[in-house]
Amino acid sequence: MNHILSVSELTSSIKNTLEENFGDINLIGEISNFKAHVSGHWYFTLKDSSAQISATMWKGVNSLVFFTPQDGMKVIVRGKITVYPPRGNYQLDVRSMKPAGEGELQAAFEKLKRKLSDEGLFDVKHKKTISKFSNKIGIVTGIGTAALKDMISVAERRFPLAELVIAPARVQGEGSAEQIVASLKMLNNQNDIDLIIIARGGGSLEDLWPFNEEIVARAVFDSRIPVISGVGHEVDFTITDFVADLRAPTPTAAMELATPDKRDIFAFINEFFYYSSNNLTDKINKEKKEIAQILNSYGFKSPQDNVRNKSQFLDNLVFRIQNSVDKKITYDKNRLNLIKGALQSNNIDKILKKGFVLVKQKGNFVTRESNFIKDESFILKFFDNEIIIK
Amino acid sequence: MTKKKTQTFEDDLQRLQEISDLLEKGEIGLEDSINLYEEGIKLSKICYSKLENAELKITELKKQFENGFPDSLSTEE
Repeated sequence: MNHILSVSELTSSIKNTLEENFGDINLIGEISNFKAHVSGHWYFTLKDSSAQISATMWKGVNSLVFFTPQDGMKVIVRGKITVYPPRGNYQLDVRSMKPAGEGELQAAFEKLKRKLSDEGLFDVKHKKTISKFSNKIGIVTGIGTAALKDMISVAERRFPLAELVIAPARVQGEGSAEQIVASLKMLNNQNDIDLIIIARGGGSLEDLWPFNEEIVARAVFDSRIPVISGVGHEVDFTITDFVADLRAPTPTAAMELATPDKRDIFAFINEFFYYSSNNLTDKINKEKKEIAQILNSYGFKSPQDNVRNKSQFLDNLVFRIQNSVDKKITYDKNRLNLIKGALQSNNIDKILKKGFVLVKQKGNFVTRESNFIKDESFILKFFDNEIIIK
Repeated sequence: MTKKKTQTFEDDLQRLQEISDLLEKGEIGLEDSINLYEEGIKLSKICYSKLENAELKITELKKQFENGFPDSLSTEE
């Protein structure tokens, strides 16, 4: 009779056989039932058309995989077969994984794109407007990268009033998607960031892969701060580009979209100096003209004419008054003289009547001897007549 | 930062644009125009010198992973 094995003995023997013979194998297969557990471990099945095998990939090693596996994706894995005696099953312990071909990534890209598009993550109605002036610009990119240097120099050239807040993240390789997500969240937790640029320079599809990861796409979508993406070169499109509020073809272009150009602002200020001075001069000239027009208008002229008329009337009046006063004075003067003469003659007549005689020389009466001019003819005036003595 | 209280560059520039438009329309009186012009010149000078003398500020956020991200993610350089 054959030796009778216990279950443990058999299992142990299977375990040794399998683990010895399949301790380091390469396997190609399609992923299905993929589950990323909260513990960080991955559980999935690898299959082809007629067989399947359970597989695990532990947290420490799966972080080295640059992409997140999806069901249906064909991958090449490397690992070993392990047997778990309490359950009596075997599985593949995967240490590394890569896509079976570039086409696999492309297919994964298309699949995620379709899924997120169906969910509405790319809809225009979700796009936030990018303000023309962003004072604080958050940047999610790799520290010390060319992309970051380019963005800094663009900001310096165009709008040095801005402040750049850099939230570093690995932008390729292990854990980069998680780091990008963490940096996006960190910037969203700041209270004064106006805009976020998520950027990376050019690279292969594999290099740019973090930007095609679902968690990155969702973090960009969830960002309350507007996001500009600038990943790769002009021709590269990533899922992040589709979700971002604005897509720039390169990191440099992203910063150009994020900042106003200093030269434009200076030009605007100069224009203000020029045009506004002109406008004001025009205005002043217009007002001047208006004032001149008002002064010449009938309304303004008639009071002036009125004043002139009145003053002429007044002049007339004064003239007439003066005239009549002058006349009166002359008239009175004449009368006075007449009276004076009459009075005088009346006086003289009385004396002459008594018999006195007056001597008159050159029209004047000579009342003193000293006034008499010798050898000059004179008149003797009697009461009744005069005699000329030569 | 007491940024909210002070007039920002953008506010100044926006006001300048407003003044420019108002002066261009020419619908306001001369006295107001002159006042606006003076305000505009003042703002222009402020904006000009702010931008002319600005130096780009760069700060770097240090990561604090509150929810226990693995150390391998936070150490990078």
